Amino acid sequence: MSITEILFWFLSALALVGALMVVLSRNPVHSVLWLVATFFAISGHYILMNAQFLAIVNIIVYAGAIMVLFLFVIMLMNLNSEAEPRKSWMMQLAGVLAGGCFMMVLVSLVRQTAELGGKTALVKEGNIGLIKQLGMKLFSEYTVPFEISSVLFLSAMVGAVVIGKKD
Amino acid sequence: MLWTNFLMNVSTASNTAVDYFPIGIQLIFAVGFVATMIGVSALIGPKRQTSDKLQSFESGIESVGNARQPMAIKYFLVAILFVLFDVEVIFFYPYAINFRDLGWNGFFAVLMFVSLFLAGFIYIIKKGALKWED
Amino acid sequence: MNTILLAFDLALFLEKLILIAVIIFASLGIALYTTFAERKVAALLQDRSGPNRVGPFGLFQPFADGLKLLMKEEIIPNTSNKFLFILGPFMAMTAALMTCAVIPWGNQVEMFGRTIQLQIADINIGVLYVFGVVSLGVYGMLIGGWASNNKFSLMAALRGASQAISYELAMGLSLIALLMLTGSLSMKTIVEQQMDSYWNILYQPLGFLIFIICVFAECNRTPFDLPEAENELNFGYHQEYSSMKLGFYLFAEYIHMFIGSAVMSTLYFGGYDVPFLDESTLSSNVAALVGIASLMAKIVFFLFLFMWVRWTIPRFRYDQLMNLGWKSLIPLALFNMLLTGALILAKSGL
Repeated sequence: MSITEILFWFLSALALVGALMVVLSRNPVHSVLWLVATFFAISGHYILMNAQFLAIVNIIVYAGAIMVLFLFVIMLMNLNSEAEPRKSWMMQLAGVLAGGCFMMVLVSLVRQTAELGGKTALVKEGNIGLIKQLGMKLFSEYTVPFEISSVLFLSAMVGAVVIGKKD
Repeated sequence: MLWTNFLMNVSTASNTAVDYFPIGIQLIFAVGFVATMIGVSALIGPKRQTSDKLQSFESGIESVGNARQPMAIKYFLVAILFVLFDVEVIFFYPYAINFRDLGWNGFFAVLMFVSLFLAGFIYIIKKGALKWED
Repeated sequence: MNTILLAFDLALFLEKLILIAVIIFASLGIALYTTFAERKVAALLQDRSGPNRVGPFGLFQPFADGLKLLMKEEIIPNTSNKFLFILGPFMAMTAALMTCAVIPWGNQVEMFGRTIQLQIADINIGVLYVFGVVSLGVYGMLIGGWASNNKFSLMAALRGASQAISYELAMGLSLIALLMLTGSLSMKTIVEQQMDSYWNILYQPLGFLIFIICVFAECNRTPFDLPEAENELNFGYHQEYSSMKLGFYLFAEYIHMFIGSAVMSTLYFGGYDVPFLDESTLSSNVAALVGIASLMAKIVFFLFLFMWVRWTIPRFRYDQLMNLGWKSLIPLALFNMLLTGALILAKSGL
């Protein structure tokens, strides 16, 4: 096996184990840390594919920002209550429905990848993942989605303030 | 592959995944070093633990309850605004690298982005979301 | 998969390993002596003589301190979460040791018939790498403070993390103006550009001012040492820690100072560039030595600045700190970015 393959299998195993442990951990802080480990594994995959900018953005935004927000939320909550409060059956039903929908999306995704059988991924080469090429595409072909995303940010800010500020 | 060829790749900023190998080595090295030091200090330090020593220290006053308590919502607001702003900042990096090639068109696109960003920012400040003193 | 291109040979591996070991132990040694310098500078500014008992001029004091921390009893409070309690300082120190990977310490030396780059990894996204590792530094503080299960620790950890993330934004924004000038994220390229023309500080004085304020805040240095404000929070987020775990939190802070100084020197003050000297006239090894000395001189100056400020400016209040970060530095950095962009575009006449 070449080093690329060893790294690929190692990172894949780390990502899968991490993702499983996120769900299986009883302590929410452990879940967050496993999720961070998963993001690191995914960033490793990006680097193997030479998508360097995506790799570092994945770390900065997901591991460095969103997971910090998760940690904040966990630390701001009251974790003293030993037993989880019993959810009503309506909530449970909603949970099952949402989970089922997500499962369907996942299954259809996996089925689509069947078309990729026999093709090899672009490993270690190619320039499209580098910041220069990515930026050029983003600011020439995709300027309109870029501008629209700023509207999305604006609405997210308003939402955060409305939820967080009660007066 | 001969190491001479390999070196040539490295010295000319090859922009490939190979550049990241040293970072992997450094990560292993750093993790090993830190773990060893913590382990060594745990081994060689004295161990005379009493129940008083193992209590959490709160200025000598007997502690009431524990620290698993809800905290001020302001911290949450700062964190969620940080996430939003961080993503916006990341958007500027690919722009800064290409900005000479993009010229004024790119500049106006970013100017529009920044003005919407500022609109949200002014809204946040006007709403007092970043006000710390109540 | 392409097997050849990711293959690496033993010689290069050894070279990198030695370089990493040298840089990590050097930064640890410098961090040790920064603690000593801190006390000496404090003594100088307060007209005292400072530590002078251990060895000549007290020069062995940092070793005594380090050894003391290593040999102290390890205390893990009963109410704490043990695993996370150990993980906290572990993450803080690992993140601190990872930052130095992309800093070019000199150009290159020729040794044993090989050309050795004095940089661990010259990656395409060097500046973003630093930004990423800095953003991970928050974990050590948050995890340690929370796992201690102490109200003061938790409060300090939340404060410290909020401070760190707030100033990260202004830091990222102030760097963008610099990147518009350089057009590259590789630290080595940025230094080489400054060798050919002027240092970036001449073009980016406002950006540098914002950046240095943010570095002070990220390092939790006075006037922004709110997470350790001892009159409000006892000792800060690491108050339940003892022995080497406490040592690592303190060390991490000093390594951050060292690396922060190195990043500032590299990005704004020409890195290993010596002003008014044409390095190409010297042989490669001499040029590298002169370069390292030049970079170190700049770093020492910044370290001194850290200490000077510490004993000159009083601590901010928390609301003042947040107001400065969000309401002054972020708009100022945005303004600086747009101004730089408009000026460069107007000058190149596009």
